[in-house]
Amino acid sequence: MISGGLNLHHLYFLLIGAGWTICLSLIAFIGGGIGGGIVALARISPLRWVRWLAIAYIQLIQGTPLLVVLFVCYFGISILGFSLPGIIAAGVAMVVYVSAYLGEIWRGCIESVARTQWEAAECLALSRTQRMRLVILPQAVRIATPSTVGFMVQIVKNTSLASIVGFVELVRAGQLINNSIFQPFVVYVLIAVVYFAMCYPLSAWSRKLERRMQFGARAVGEV
Amino acid sequence: MSYEFDFGSLLASWPQFLAGAWLTIQLSFPATLIGFVAGTLLAIARRSSVAWLVRASGIYVEVIRNTPLLVQVFLVFFGLSSMGWKVSAFSAALLSLVINVAAYSCEIMRAGMDSVHKGQLEAAECLGLTRRQVYWHVILRPAMEKVYPALTSQFVLLMLASSITSQISVEELTAAAARVQSETFRPFEAYIFVAVAYLGLSLLMRAGLWAFGQMIFTRRRRLGAQGAGR
Repeated sequence: MISGGLNLHHLYFLLIGAGWTICLSLIAFIGGGIGGGIVALARISPLRWVRWLAIAYIQLIQGTPLLVVLFVCYFGISILGFSLPGIIAAGVAMVVYVSAYLGEIWRGCIESVARTQWEAAECLALSRTQRMRLVILPQAVRIATPSTVGFMVQIVKNTSLASIVGFVELVRAGQLINNSIFQPFVVYVLIAVVYFAMCYPLSAWSRKLERRMQFGARAVGEV
Repeated sequence: MSYEFDFGSLLASWPQFLAGAWLTIQLSFPATLIGFVAGTLLAIARRSSVAWLVRASGIYVEVIRNTPLLVQVFLVFFGLSSMGWKVSAFSAALLSLVINVAAYSCEIMRAGMDSVHKGQLEAAECLGLTRRQVYWHVILRPAMEKVYPALTSQFVLLMLASSITSQISVEELTAAAARVQSETFRPFEAYIFVAVAYLGLSLLMRAGLWAFGQMIFTRRRRLGAQGAGR
């Protein structure tokens, strides 16, 4: 066996994997952010059926594991007749997942803008859209920032599941390295360290924002 | 583009799905229980006045919360076995889930304990309660009552996350779908079915935990459900 230890090439390969992890996280965050905004607005829509649709969507996604969503996307898209690289299935699944969670988080933030603000906007005869755009959303964004940053940690961590459908991000890169050098402990500790280096600053930032906002409720419901 | 759904071919494999669902329950129930107790102890350690305990539990929580469960599972399973410890896939899965949920429970319970009003502690002291009594009656139980909804969603998330353990060949629900799809060549249907099964499990779990909460936190019921913070 020619297996040596971990060398610089391996580290470089791992670094590229980490790059793809960041890339997938960005796709998930941007796509999921757009989707989440729509879900949040639909969730508080004056139309009952739109509201119900949003609730059903959130319940459905929050009630199934991301891994299963990922498999459904992976096999579902290929049934539509596209042969797909892992990143597309992973991207779609992540966007679906993130939009449900962010939608619910943001809904809470929109609704926590003081009632009087809504009423004042109405008294000024602003239309519903104006009220949202000019009065409610700017305040809701401030409220939402800490928990959104906190949720980014979840996004980064959950991109690790993309490795299962063969997308070579950080974990998959590590697995490939492990297959050649057979040092699982070293390799997985290394991967964990890289994830920690990506996630800890986000966690710390979220906490700092939270403290500044003095909103006691810590973002809960993460794995 | 014309795809015909065929859920019928899955019917024959219902024992596999059932066995998978049962293993998911077997995995998440003890993990939740042990993890919660461990997390509460960690939270107590984190609020103690012993510097190294505070530091150690803080580091533990941060490390676990900032790394993916998948990596933790792999590390426990492959890491332990490469160090010469033979562990079965099931115990590795259980161990990593416990490790994971303990960190999250710790964070939630700590938030609950920190929110206990100082006046309550002083009142307890005035009544001459011992440290242990104060912790049990004045801090722990009210804290748990306060954060119970958060704990509930965390535990449901743990049950869903246990799907990840299929990657180390634990034959739970997701793995059952993988096996069935390789036998029937109906992956789409198999995973949709499993998604519905998970949805049912999580609804069931929510209902069960809610009923349990109603049972143990009788005070809230007497107050007419108004006292529930958060």
